[in-house]
Amino acid sequence: MSPLDRVLLLLTGLLAAYQVAVGIDGFSTLPIIAYTIAFGVLLVAALLLIILGFDVLDSPIVVVVSTIIPLSLSLGLVWQHLAAYRIAYLAFAILGFLAILITRSFPMPGKFPTMVLAVVHGIAGLTIFLLPILLALQGAVRPAFSLVGIGGALIGLGGLALSFLKAGKPILPRGTILKILPGLLLLMTAAFVAGFALAGK
Amino acid sequence: MTTAAQSQIGNRKSKIAHYWSLIKPLQSGLLLATGLAGYMSARCPIFSMPTLLGLAASLFLAIAGSTVLNMWWDRDIDARMGRTKKRPTSSGLVSDREALRLGLILSVIGVGWAVAMDALYGLIVFAGLFFDVVVYSMWLKRRTAWSIVWGGISGAMPILAGRALGLGSVDWIGLTMALGILFWIPTHTLTFSMKFENDYAAACVPTFPSTYGLSFTRATIAVSSVLAALAMGISGFGIGMAWGFLRLLAVLSAGLLMLAVAITFRPSERVNFGLFKYASVYMLSAMILVVIEVI
Repeated sequence: MSPLDRVLLLLTGLLAAYQVAVGIDGFSTLPIIAYTIAFGVLLVAALLLIILGFDVLDSPIVVVVSTIIPLSLSLGLVWQHLAAYRIAYLAFAILGFLAILITRSFPMPGKFPTMVLAVVHGIAGLTIFLLPILLALQGAVRPAFSLVGIGGALIGLGGLALSFLKAGKPILPRGTILKILPGLLLLMTAAFVAGFALAGK
Repeated sequence: MTTAAQSQIGNRKSKIAHYWSLIKPLQSGLLLATGLAGYMSARCPIFSMPTLLGLAASLFLAIAGSTVLNMWWDRDIDARMGRTKKRPTSSGLVSDREALRLGLILSVIGVGWAVAMDALYGLIVFAGLFFDVVVYSMWLKRRTAWSIVWGGISGAMPILAGRALGLGSVDWIGLTMALGILFWIPTHTLTFSMKFENDYAAACVPTFPSTYGLSFTRATIAVSSVLAALAMGISGFGIGMAWGFLRLLAVLSAGLLMLAVAITFRPSERVNFGLFKYASVYMLSAMILVVIEVI
């Protein structure tokens, strides 16, 4: 891992720490929990990457952890902005997480584990990407909130790349993923933090 | 400049470098950070520069002095361990007499300065030095693996001393913060003793891994991590830390607990190293949070 990678990861961790400590104050309870989990995982992941290097990505737990971030972020967004779907999405987030946990913990035949991964990541990623942009277009939130959607697009790309790499079906070569990962994490986190801050939460 | 003068300057430079390595700047710096955080957590006028500088200087000198005295006392076992055999005291780069003199001078100035600032503060600083040098190093380190408890108590003294200086008394928050450090230290030192188990065995220093085995050591690390995280959380709540900062502390604690669980159920050299490093980052972050909260 290069010094630049470490700096980028440290900045990612600092931004995530800021978001946990300051950026989500004033929200209701569940979004605070959801965003704390999402940015908390991001913060701890950044620290562990700095300490242990990219080798930490070889751990089988990475697939599960890389699912927590989009699931909890999308849950927070849905809870805040789509009141009618709160319970349904909460159920999806919990079941989706459990499905990935189970399919990654026990050997399963065929493409079922990969399908579960794609469906859960796909729905969560699209929710983070589309919901803020649609809300901004409708005028329900300030335009700057669409930055959260851009962060969603980035996390979707990063999460999918990492998850499929770990699942043994890489959509990009490992070297390329590792090269862009620190920058991608920083851009994504910065987009989220800026989106929440500029939109006045 | 003559060759002799140049050589004299070179000698002085290398001597200072050896002295600097004797005080373990990173470890001393981390302990100093806990002392400063303890002081600031008392929400006293933190920008009283003379007091702040006095605290920093006296604490640093006392910590550095006790570290040098430890190295002086342990020079024979350090020479038998691969990790420490190149230390200036064990390799002969700094003579025994010189190391003892340096350690005593730093300790006396540090503790003396602390007593002059405030009697209670000075007493706690002295207790830290006494527990570290006399109880931990001289008395127990070569006899029992449980010596680390006394090492932990001495490591917990700077934060207690800092808060006592700020408050003028010892309160439950200060004691809880000290407990946080006390329980954090096994997380740090036991992972270290697992990594260098063979070194300690060669020097005949009893450690948890050599006395109780790796499983018990890992379980101890997990339990002490939980207790450290709890104590830090309670202290944060006690000093009136904002919810956002408590959330952040909880996140950092969760990382520590996750690694402690990983080392218990899926032990590996990598996780061991990760926990060792993360524990330092955790404590430094917790101290920074306390300081930022007050500022």
